[in-house]
Amino acid sequence: MSESEKPVSLQSYIRLCAVVFVVVLCTTSAMIATSFSHIGEGWTLKVALILAIAVVNAFLVAGYLMHLLSEKKLIYTVLAFTVVFFIGLMGLTVWATNGFPPGTASH
Amino acid sequence: MEIPYTIAARPDTGLYNAKLGIWLFLASEVMLFGGLFSAYVLLRVGAEPGLWPHGWLNVTLGTVNTLLLALSAITTLLAWAACKVREFGKFKFFHGCTILLALTFLGIKSYEYRDKLIHYEIAIGSGKYAGKFADGHLVEKSADFDLVKKTGTVTLHGRYVDDRTELMDLRATPAEKPDEITIAAADIKKMENYGPKHNTFTAIYFTLTGLHALHIFGGTLVIFYFWAFGGAMWKTDPERFTNRIEVSGLFWHFVDLVWIFLFPVLYLT
Repeated sequence: MSESEKPVSLQSYIRLCAVVFVVVLCTTSAMIATSFSHIGEGWTLKVALILAIAVVNAFLVAGYLMHLLSEKKLIYTVLAFTVVFFIGLMGLTVWATNGFPPGTASH
Repeated sequence: MEIPYTIAARPDTGLYNAKLGIWLFLASEVMLFGGLFSAYVLLRVGAEPGLWPHGWLNVTLGTVNTLLLALSAITTLLAWAACKVREFGKFKFFHGCTILLALTFLGIKSYEYRDKLIHYEIAIGSGKYAGKFADGHLVEKSADFDLVKKTGTVTLHGRYVDDRTELMDLRATPAEKPDEITIAAADIKKMENYGPKHNTFTAIYFTLTGLHALHIFGGTLVIFYFWAFGGAMWKTDPERFTNRIEVSGLFWHFVDLVWIFLFPVLYLT
C-alpha cells in the first residue's frame, strides 16, 4: 500500500513536518558553516561536503514529503531509469572536462 | 465520457493515471535540470584559474528562500493531508500559506535580480583612473549621459580596483567600504552590468534560477487555481480533488528539491 492510500492523521503529519523542518534547518546551517569554514585547501573538499549534506536534505524531502519511501514498484522503476540516465549525463560531463581536443583548451 | 482511473488505481500499474503521469514528467524534469547542472560543471571546471566568482550572491537571502521553500513544501503536504481527512477549511489555510510563501520567494528572487542588474563594472580608459576598473551599484546617470556620444556622467556606490581578478573572489578579499564615485562617460572604455551576458557565472546563474523561478510561478498558478476554484470539485468528487492536490504537491516538492541543490551550488561554493 502506498502512502497516499493509507489512513491519514493530520496531527501525525504535523509532527512529521516539524521534524523535517528542524532537520532542514540544521542541514542548511551545516552547509553554510562548511562553506565559510577553512576545511582543506581550495574548494574541492568543501564542495564535496556541502553536496553530501544537500543529498541528505534531498533525501528527506523525497523520502518523507514525496512519500518515496513507501511508493509502488513502478515508480521506483521509472526513477531507476532516471538515475541511470542522470549518471550517464554527469559521467559524460566529467569525461569531457578531461578531454579537450588539442589546441582548444584556453589554459 | 468519463476519464478512467482518476481515483482508482489501474490494475497493471497499481497507480491512478495522473500519479504515474506526474512521475514520468518529473523524470523528464530531472534530465532538463540535469543538463543545465552539467553545463554549470563544464563552465566552472573550464574557467581559468581565479576567474570563477565566489561570494557574489547574498547568502542571507538565499538561506531565507531555502527556508521559505521548505516551509511551502510542508504546507503543501499538510494541505493534501487535510483533504485526506476531509477538512476543506484547513486545506484552504495550508494552501493559502503555500501561495504566500511562493510569492515571497519570487519577491526575494526579483530583488536579487534587480541587485545584479543595477550592479556595474566599468573599465576606465582615460583620466585619473585610466587602466583601473570601477565596480558598484548605480546611483544615477546624468540626464545627458550617453556612452556613444561620450557625454554626461554616471555615479556608482562602489570602488576602484586595479585588476578585474580582485572582483572575482569576494570571500577571500572582502570589498573595502564602498564610496560614491562619479565617472565621466568620456573616460569609460566599457560599461556592463552583472546581467546574464557579464560572464559565464552570471549566464548560468540567471539560466538556472530563471528556469526554477518559472517553475515556481507555474506551480503557484496551479495551486492558486485549486485554492480559488477547487470548491466545486470538492463538493462533487472529493477523492479526485485530493488526488489532484497530491499530484500538484509532488511537482511542488520537486521544485523544492531542485532549489536544495541550486542554493549550495550557486550561493555557497
